[in-house]
Amino acid sequence: MSEFILRLRRYNPESGAPPYWEEHTVDLEPHRSVLEAILQARARFDGSIGIRCSCRAAICGSCGVRINGKPDLACHTHLDKAQRQARDGVIEVEPMGNMPIIKDLIVDMESVHWKKIQRVTPWLIAKQPAPEREYIVPKETMIDVTQSMACIQCGACVSDCLSMEVDPLFIGPAALAKAYRFVGDPRDDQHFERLQDLAEDPHGIYDCTHCFACIDACPKGVAPMSQIMRLRRLAGSDHGIEDANNGERHEEAFVSLVRQYGLLNEAELLPRSYGGDSPLAKFKPSAQKELVSSLPAIGKALLRRKVTPAAVLKPHKLARDDLRQIKRIYETVEGREQRFELNLYISGYDEELEGATASPADASVGGDAQTSAEHGQPGQTPGGSPTR
Amino acid sequence: MPAHDVLIIGAGLAGQRAALAAAEAEASVAILSKVHPVRSHSVAAAGGINAAIAIDDDWTEHAYDTVKGSDYLGDQDAIEIMCSEAPKEAMHLEHIGVTFHRNDMGELDLRAFGGASKKRTAYVADITGQAILHVLYEQLMRFHETVDRYEEWFATSLILDDDGHCTGAVARDVRTGAMESFNAKSVILASGGNGQCYRPTTNALICTGDGIAQAYAAGAPLMDMEMVQYHPTTLAENGFLITEGARGEGAHLLNSEGRRFMEDYAPSKMELASRDVVSRAEQTEINEGRGVGADGQGIYLDVTVVPRKRVLESLREIVNIGRDFAGTDITREPIMIRPGQHYIMGGVKTDSDGQTPVPGLYAAGEVACVSVHGGNRLGANSLLDTLIFGRRSGEHAAARGKSMAMPHAAKSRLREDVEQIASIIARDDGGRRITEIKDELGSTMNEYVAVYRDEAGLTQALEIVRRLQEEASSAYVDDRGTVFNQDVLGAIELDYMLTCAEATVIAAIERKESRGAQFRTDYPERNDADWLKHINISRGADGSPQISESPVTITQWEPEERKY
Repeated sequence: MSEFILRLRRYNPESGAPPYWEEHTVDLEPHRSVLEAILQARARFDGSIGIRCSCRAAICGSCGVRINGKPDLACHTHLDKAQRQARDGVIEVEPMGNMPIIKDLIVDMESVHWKKIQRVTPWLIAKQPAPEREYIVPKETMIDVTQSMACIQCGACVSDCLSMEVDPLFIGPAALAKAYRFVGDPRDDQHFERLQDLAEDPHGIYDCTHCFACIDACPKGVAPMSQIMRLRRLAGSDHGIEDANNGERHEEAFVSLVRQYGLLNEAELLPRSYGGDSPLAKFKPSAQKELVSSLPAIGKALLRRKVTPAAVLKPHKLARDDLRQIKRIYETVEGREQRFELNLYISGYDEELEGATASPADASVGGDAQTSAEHGQPGQTPGGSPTR
Repeated sequence: MPAHDVLIIGAGLAGQRAALAAAEAEASVAILSKVHPVRSHSVAAAGGINAAIAIDDDWTEHAYDTVKGSDYLGDQDAIEIMCSEAPKEAMHLEHIGVTFHRNDMGELDLRAFGGASKKRTAYVADITGQAILHVLYEQLMRFHETVDRYEEWFATSLILDDDGHCTGAVARDVRTGAMESFNAKSVILASGGNGQCYRPTTNALICTGDGIAQAYAAGAPLMDMEMVQYHPTTLAENGFLITEGARGEGAHLLNSEGRRFMEDYAPSKMELASRDVVSRAEQTEINEGRGVGADGQGIYLDVTVVPRKRVLESLREIVNIGRDFAGTDITREPIMIRPGQHYIMGGVKTDSDGQTPVPGLYAAGEVACVSVHGGNRLGANSLLDTLIFGRRSGEHAAARGKSMAMPHAAKSRLREDVEQIASIIARDDGGRRITEIKDELGSTMNEYVAVYRDEAGLTQALEIVRRLQEEASSAYVDDRGTVFNQDVLGAIELDYMLTCAEATVIAAIERKESRGAQFRTDYPERNDADWLKHINISRGADGSPQISESPVTITQWEPEERKY
């Protein structure tokens, strides 16, 4: 047994008082969970501490909270780890972000999380007519969508989504991961419609800023951002959806600028995102309109020397040898017959693969679907376990 | 006051399936649950769902395995219904979106499970319950205009009219504390089991026997309550479930000598014998000094014999559980497990349409006892039970509603429950704390009403339970508010658990033989002549439990000796 001090964020909506911090000391073995500590405090000192919880085993998704400022399941965070990461040795527990607080550690998931889930038409629209028995589908596709099915709707990713903080209307990581579960399901009849819907929505797939916070937050290895990127690749590259948000063109512009210069050329990025993927894009009316409306931002960029007039005329470029290596990466990736997509249920975690000297057999599962494992792709950090 | 043809209490698999079936039959439906539906304990079901869908399989083989697994206490007419309707139900789930894993031909893959003569368990990795529960919830979101959802509403009582018919329920909105009467032509209880009477248990904190106690209070009999399943593989550390799928995929059980001891107990099925058989074997090994771990109270489950790639794609969740909760990488070393409370075969007595003897009251899923599991449930039959009898209850209740007017609900029950909650909140702090009483109940049940039982221990347990009932009536709560007052709900749940525990102990004392999960060291043999029958417990006129018996239905399988 060891002593741990909890600092809980308390809020009683009936008291009229603002939220406050309260400390409790508990006795538990270090590998016990923060949830057990909170339950001990509730049992011993104060039965009014509010937290949703049920399974205690990271499967029901009830106890999403922020521990030392980071979202996780309380039942899925060991006390010793939480103490190590605490600022001052006291384990701080507060409610999740981006959702209104109801009481203590309990947030209103209904008005945010579940509303967003409902937004993505979260049910299978199966191809008709239905077969008499099961739909016959490739084995790998079902294992592939299992990664999205593994989502327990705990809200940890929603809590710390930076895009949602800026744009509360952003559909968000959990709901978009849920959307992938249907787009990746060969039984669904509405792949194109779903993708178009999510690409055209100004708060849809192109609203994500690749910050990785959701991947870091997810206790189940769902890697929501990876699922969002897959939706983009399917929408843009496979279905050729050119969305009104210019998301697809923006991505194209990135890819071709890095191919050309080995680096991002900021001065070209905006015109190409709006005028199309060509050096002449800036002369197109659509790009000029955007350039004019972006003048304040361009002014700021000039002031901060992110863009210089010289660089606009003569873009910075990598040394020839380095550029050749970049080109080789492009050739390798584009030369593949199918796109590699990393999936936890197929490949396991990176660390496991390294330990097991990932055999080629491990990495080639799902050859005919977009599910093969790729070693070391960013976006597949080990999934938020207490021991990681 | 909300009024519906069908009111469903509990939103796990049974409840959601009932709601969808009733809505499909064009009934007006409300589904009410004390937690958000996807938090229901069905989410924790790991291994899969049984259905005889393979070309070389037949539902009668599934039914026979189930009858044998039940140690002949299951009602064979109900088992026939469950097993014959299973393939259609599995295909229905597949069609609405469950991502069942496939074989190389793209058909549903099937895995081996305990007590089954064939591979007949369809699965989604080891998150089958979660996958099905979430897909059913997708359907509830799809039909959000036809099914009213009351999420985070806690049922406090069933409402009976003067004729003893169930006409609704009283519930409390957890978020606001508001109390409301729900009027309904029929009520379906689907609120799960009472595993929290035990400590440790694989069951979630919400599994407090609410529906069982509410039905009992309304006069419905409880059946087979003595039959409590101990799962053979729960984490020694804290009682978490390690799916039977692990053994289905080929994992071994080893004692301190490193030997697969199951060869002494079930030489042909080995680790895949029925759960009662395997749990008893493990407990015997432990009792005879061949357990592992510092205290000798564990057994090793060796998953390393399963190919690593297979473990990663189909046993992902227990890889996580091993790593996160036991610090063990199950792909590289054995993990320490022991038998632990997992499921109750008993519950509210129903017929095969989910009807209880109380008119207008139905029950389905773990809260109910049809009885398809008898003395011991086979792995992957519980998901099936919830879905088949959830659907049948929903359909039957919807049809029943068509031929009757909406009953008048009495307001008196609502008033009584409001007063009851106020009086709990008003208790002074002289009594014991709720969690203390609950912990004592859990360890008492786990000590005396476990894998091995005897008269002396059971009598002791009954005395303790009755004392705890007394103490619970004065247990005090800290929270005096209305918003998310989980404290006062905990006091009500404690009463529910004590009601369930009392029924379990009384039935276990009554059954003087060993059958299925009930092993009496003082009566170690199965005794068909005297005990091939169900034990029912109901609430007598004076409030005390009354014992009665009912026959076991046998259609085509006469009892025989049970060997694996």
